[in-house]
Amino acid sequence: MISEFILTAVIFLPLIFAIVVLFLPKENERIIKLIGFVGTALTFLVSLVLYFGFDAAIFGFQFQQKNIWISSLNIGYHVGIDGMSLLLILLTTFLTPLALLGTWNSIQQQIKNYTAMVLLLEVGMIGVFASLDLFLFYIFWEAMLIPMYFIIGIWGGQNRIYAAVKFFLYTLFGSVLMLVAIISLGYFASTVPGGLFTTDLLDLYHVAPMLPVNMQMWMFAAFGLSFAIKVPLWPLHTWLPDAHVEAPTAGSVILAGVLLKMGTYGFIRFNLPLFADASLRAIPLMCTLAVIGIVYGALVAMVQTDIKKLVAYSSVSHLGFVMLGIFSMTEEGLQGAIIQMVNHGLSTGALFLLVGMLYDRTHTRLIVDYGGVAKLMPIFATFFMIISFSSIGLPGLNGFIGEFLIMIGSFKSTLIDNRVFTGIAGLGIIFSAVYMLWMYQRVMFGPAHQDGLYGGHHLTDLTKREIAVLVPIVLFIVWIGIYPKPFLSKSAKLVKHTVEQMESVKHGSQVRFLGYVQLQSGKK
Amino acid sequence: MYSYAPLIIVFPLIGFLVLGLFGSRMKNKKLIGVIGSGTVGLSFFLALALFIQMLGIEPGQRKQSVELFTWLSTFTGSSNSLTVNVAYQIDQLSILMTLIVTGVGFLIHIYSIGYMHNDTGFWRFFAYMNLFIFAMLNLVLADNFLLMFLGWEGVGLCSYLLIGFWYEKKFTGDAAKKAFIVNRVGDFGFILGMLLIFSTFGSLNFSTVFNSASLLSVGNTTALWITMLLFIGAMGKSAQIPLYVWLPDAMAGPTPVSALIHAATMVTAGVYMVARCSILFALAPVTMEFIAIVGAVTAVFAATIGLVQNDIKKILAYSTISQLGYMFLAMGVAAFSAGIFHLMTHAFFKALLFLGSGAVIHAMHDEQDIQKMGGLKKYLPVTYKTFLIGAIAIAGIPPFAGFFSKDEILWRAFSSEQGSPVLWLLGVFGAAMTAFYMFRLVTLTFEGEKRFDPHRVHPHEAPKTMTMPLIILAILSIVGGFVGIPHASVIENWLEPVFSPAQYKLLSGEHTGGLMEYLLMFVSVAIAVSGTYAARWIYLQRAELAVSLARRYPRIYRTLLNKYYVDEIYDAVVVAPTVKISNDILWKAIDVTMIDGSVNGSAKIINGIGKILRKIQTGIAQSYAVVFIGGILFVITWLLLR
Repeated sequence: MISEFILTAVIFLPLIFAIVVLFLPKENERIIKLIGFVGTALTFLVSLVLYFGFDAAIFGFQFQQKNIWISSLNIGYHVGIDGMSLLLILLTTFLTPLALLGTWNSIQQQIKNYTAMVLLLEVGMIGVFASLDLFLFYIFWEAMLIPMYFIIGIWGGQNRIYAAVKFFLYTLFGSVLMLVAIISLGYFASTVPGGLFTTDLLDLYHVAPMLPVNMQMWMFAAFGLSFAIKVPLWPLHTWLPDAHVEAPTAGSVILAGVLLKMGTYGFIRFNLPLFADASLRAIPLMCTLAVIGIVYGALVAMVQTDIKKLVAYSSVSHLGFVMLGIFSMTEEGLQGAIIQMVNHGLSTGALFLLVGMLYDRTHTRLIVDYGGVAKLMPIFATFFMIISFSSIGLPGLNGFIGEFLIMIGSFKSTLIDNRVFTGIAGLGIIFSAVYMLWMYQRVMFGPAHQDGLYGGHHLTDLTKREIAVLVPIVLFIVWIGIYPKPFLSKSAKLVKHTVEQMESVKHGSQVRFLGYVQLQSGKK
Repeated sequence: MYSYAPLIIVFPLIGFLVLGLFGSRMKNKKLIGVIGSGTVGLSFFLALALFIQMLGIEPGQRKQSVELFTWLSTFTGSSNSLTVNVAYQIDQLSILMTLIVTGVGFLIHIYSIGYMHNDTGFWRFFAYMNLFIFAMLNLVLADNFLLMFLGWEGVGLCSYLLIGFWYEKKFTGDAAKKAFIVNRVGDFGFILGMLLIFSTFGSLNFSTVFNSASLLSVGNTTALWITMLLFIGAMGKSAQIPLYVWLPDAMAGPTPVSALIHAATMVTAGVYMVARCSILFALAPVTMEFIAIVGAVTAVFAATIGLVQNDIKKILAYSTISQLGYMFLAMGVAAFSAGIFHLMTHAFFKALLFLGSGAVIHAMHDEQDIQKMGGLKKYLPVTYKTFLIGAIAIAGIPPFAGFFSKDEILWRAFSSEQGSPVLWLLGVFGAAMTAFYMFRLVTLTFEGEKRFDPHRVHPHEAPKTMTMPLIILAILSIVGGFVGIPHASVIENWLEPVFSPAQYKLLSGEHTGGLMEYLLMFVSVAIAVSGTYAARWIYLQRAELAVSLARRYPRIYRTLLNKYYVDEIYDAVVVAPTVKISNDILWKAIDVTMIDGSVNGSAKIINGIGKILRKIQTGIAQSYAVVFIGGILFVITWLLLR
C-alpha cells in the first residue's frame, strides 16, 4: 500500500516545501534557504526508498499508482517507474540539494522566490520521469519550463532576458507539436475496434504498433522534435549555450544535469516503443546528427573563451554520444546511453558547480582572466581535475563506462553499418581531451597572478560547504567508474526488452510490444 | 593458487589513497617516503614470491587467472553482450613485467626520497608515483583488453600529472597536455581495435580472443585491421613515429619520473601490448612488416636527433625513442622474446642513465645543458662510474646487458622469415649513432675541462638514497644480459609458452646462422666500439671538429637541432587549421551566424507578422464594421456566383 504512494510522495514533497517557503516572510533568508535545502535533501532520502525497493529482476513499471482524472477522456494520474526513470529520478533528487547547497551565497536577491522556483522545478522534473500518462507527462513537461524560465530570466546574467525567451520559445515550439501528437495518438486509440480515447502510456504501448507507418513517421517527428531540442541534437542546440551562460549556477547545474536528459529519456520511453517502425527508419538520420553533434560540439567547445560556454558545448558533444547509443538499438548502446545520462548529469553538473565557485570569487568566467589558480586553490584544483577527467572519459571514472558501452553498441549494431559512425564518434574521445585539458591548463596551471588578484578579487580555497557539495559527486563518479553494476543492472530489463522489440519489428514480427502490457497486468 | 596476486596491485593503491587523502597533513617527510616506496617494495617482494612459486610449476601450468568482480557489462544476461571482469592473469610474461615494474619502480622510489627532498609537493609526488605503479600493474597483469586499457590510460594520466608536476612553469603545462593528447590519438586506435576485437570474437578476454584467433589463418583481413589499430595505440604510448613528439617534451617532469615512466616502464607498454597479442599480430604479416619498418626507422631517426642535442635529458629521451624502435623492430620480425629481453635490459640501463643524469642535474643546481658541464667525474665519482656502465650497456659493448639484447634483435632482424638485410643495416646504423651520442654525452658531462663557473656551482655527490639505486642498477646493467646468452637463452626459454602459438603460426623459430651469426655480431660490436672512440676522440681532443662540422653543413645541423621541425609541421598542418576552422567556420559562421541567425531571423519574421496582424485588432468599432460588412458581401457574392 505504501509503495503506491511513495512515488507520489517523492514527486510532490518539494511542492509542500515550496508552499511553506511562499508563506514565509521574505526577510528570513537563512530560514528560507535552510527549508529549501532540507526539503530537497528530504526528497532525496525518500527517493532512496525507491532505489532499495526497486526489484531489478522484474520487467515493467513499479511503484505504480493510477487514478482516473478525466474519466470521459481516460486521462489519469498514472505514475510508475522502471530502471531508467529510477536512475534519472535519483539523479534529480541527488543534484537538486547539491545545487542549492553549492550556491548558498551566490543568489543575493529575491531568495524566497528563487528557492520556491527551484523546488517547483524539482516537482516538474520528477513528475516528467514518473509519468505514465502522456497528458500528465505533458503537464509536468510544460510546468517545468516556467520555473526554469524565471530562474534564467530573473537571476541570470546580463543577457538573461534574451536567453530566457530563447529557451522558452525553442522548447515551447517543440512541445506544441508534441501536444498535437499526443491528442492524435489518443484519438487513434479510440478508432481501433473496441478502443477508447486514452493517453495512458501502457494502453498506448498496446495500441501504437497498429499505427500505419506514415502516421508513425509524423508522430515520431512531432515527439522527436520536442525531445531533440531538449537533448539538444545538432542543429537544434543554439539555445543551450545562451541559456547556460546566462543562467545562475544552480540553473545551469539542473539544466545540464537533468533537463537535457528529458530529451534522451523521451526517445527511449516514447519514440522507440511507440513508433518502432519509424524509429528504425530514423536511424540513419539520428545517428548522423548525433555524430555531427559529437565532433562539432567538441570542436566548438575547444575555441570558447568563456568556461561556461565551453562546458555547454561539451554537453552537445556528450549528449551526441547518448543519442548514438540509443539509436544503435543494441543492449550495450542503450545501457551506455542510460548510464551516460547519469554520468553527464554528475560530471557536467559538477563542472558547472565548480565554475560557479570560481565565479562567486572572481565574477568572471573568461579563461584569459585566470591562470595559476592551482597554486592558490589546491583543493579546488584536485576536484576540478577529477571531474575534468570524468568528463574526458578516463577509464576508472564514470564517463568511460557510458562512452565505451555506447561505442561497443554502436559498432556492433546490425541495423545500420555503424562502423564509420563509431569511428568518427571516436574522434570525440581525442577532442574531449583537447578542450578540457587546454582549458584546465589555461585556468589552473602557469604562474599565479603577481598581485594575487583575479577579476579584482583574492582567491581563497574551497570552504567546507563547497567540499561537502563536491565529495558526494566525486564518490559517485568513482563508484560508477569501478563498480557500475548497481546502476546498470537497474535498467537491464528495460533495455533487453526494448532491443528485443526493435529486433522483432525489424524482422516484421507482430509480437511487438504486446508482451509488455500482459506483463504489466500480471504484476500489480 | 595465485590468489594473493591481486595484493601486488593493491599495495600501491593503498599508498596512493593514504598519501592522496592525508599526505598534505603529514609533516614527516620520512614517513611519506616510507609509505611511498614501502608499498612498491612490498609489491616487489610479493611478485618475487609469486615468481619463485611459478618456478616450481610445470611450464604449461604456469598461466593462471585470478578473478575479482564484474566490472563492465550490460547486465542483461544475454550471451552475446559485453561482460568484462576485473581479473588478473599471471603468466611468464606478466610476472616478468611485474618484476621489472615493481623492482625498478622500487629503486626509483627510494632514489626520489633523496631527489625530491626539498620539494614542497613531496607527498603529492609520491601519491602520483604510487598511482602510476598501480596503473602500470593493471596494464601488465590484466587478463582482458579493457582492464589493460584502464591501466593504459591510467599510466597516461599519471604521466600527465607528473610531467605537469611543476605546473607553475608554462612549458610543463604544455608538455603535460601534449603528452596526454598525443597519447589519446593512439588510444583512439586502441579503442577502435577493441571494438573490432569484440565484434569479431565476441569477447575482450585475452584467452578467449587468442584461442579463437589461433584458429584463423595467416593473412586474415580483420586481423590486419585489428593489429593496425592496436599498433596505433602502441605508437602513441611507446613514442614511435609519427606519435613520438610528446616524449622529449615529457622531460619537463622531475627526473625520477623520466626514469620510471618515460624510460623504464610506461613507454614500453606498447611493446608489451604487441607481445601480449603476438598471436593476433602473427595473423597479419603486413602489420608485422609495418611494425618492423616503423621500429627500424624510428631507431635511426631518433638517434640522428640525439647526435646534436645539448640537454642531458633530451639526449636520453631521444635515445629512449630510438631504443623503443629496436624493441618494435624485434616485434616486427617476430623476435618477441628478444624484444621483451631488450625491454628488460633497457629498463635497467636507461633507468640508471636517467637517475644518473638526475644526480648530475642535482649537483649542477638544475643545469641541464651538457655544454655547461665537463670534468664532473672528479666531483661525482659514483655517478660517473655508474653512468659510464649504463653508457657502455646501451652502446652494445660486451659483456654488458645491452649487448646481448640488442645483438639478438639485430641477428633476428637479419635472419628471421620477416627480417631483411635492410632492417639489419638500419639497426646497425642506429647502434653506431647510439654509441656515438652516448659517449658524446659522457665525455662532455664528466670528462675534459670544467665549463661551469666553480664559484657559482659547487658540484657534490648525491646522498646515499640516490647512489644506492644507481649502484644496484649498474650491477643489473652488467649482469642483466646473461639471461639471454645466444643459444642458451634463459629468458627465451621462460617466455616460450607465451609466444609459441605465434611462432607456430609464423613457422619461425631458432635460426642458427653459424659463422654468419658471429660475423654480424663482430661487425656490430666493432661499429659500437668505434662509435664510442670516435666520440671520445672528437670531444676530448678535437672539439673544434664538431663545431666546424656543424658549420660546414649548417642546414643538416639546424634540421637535426630543431628535430626536423616536426613539432612546427604538426602545429601548422594539424593544430592551427583545426583551431581556425573550429573558431571561424564551425562556431562563428555556422553556429552563430547561420543556425542562430536563422532562429533569431524567424523570430523576427514572426514578430513582424505579429505587428502586421496587430493592425487587425485595433479596437476601433468602425473598422470592425467595415470588415464585417465586407465579409458578408463577399460571402453573398460567392454564394450567388457559385
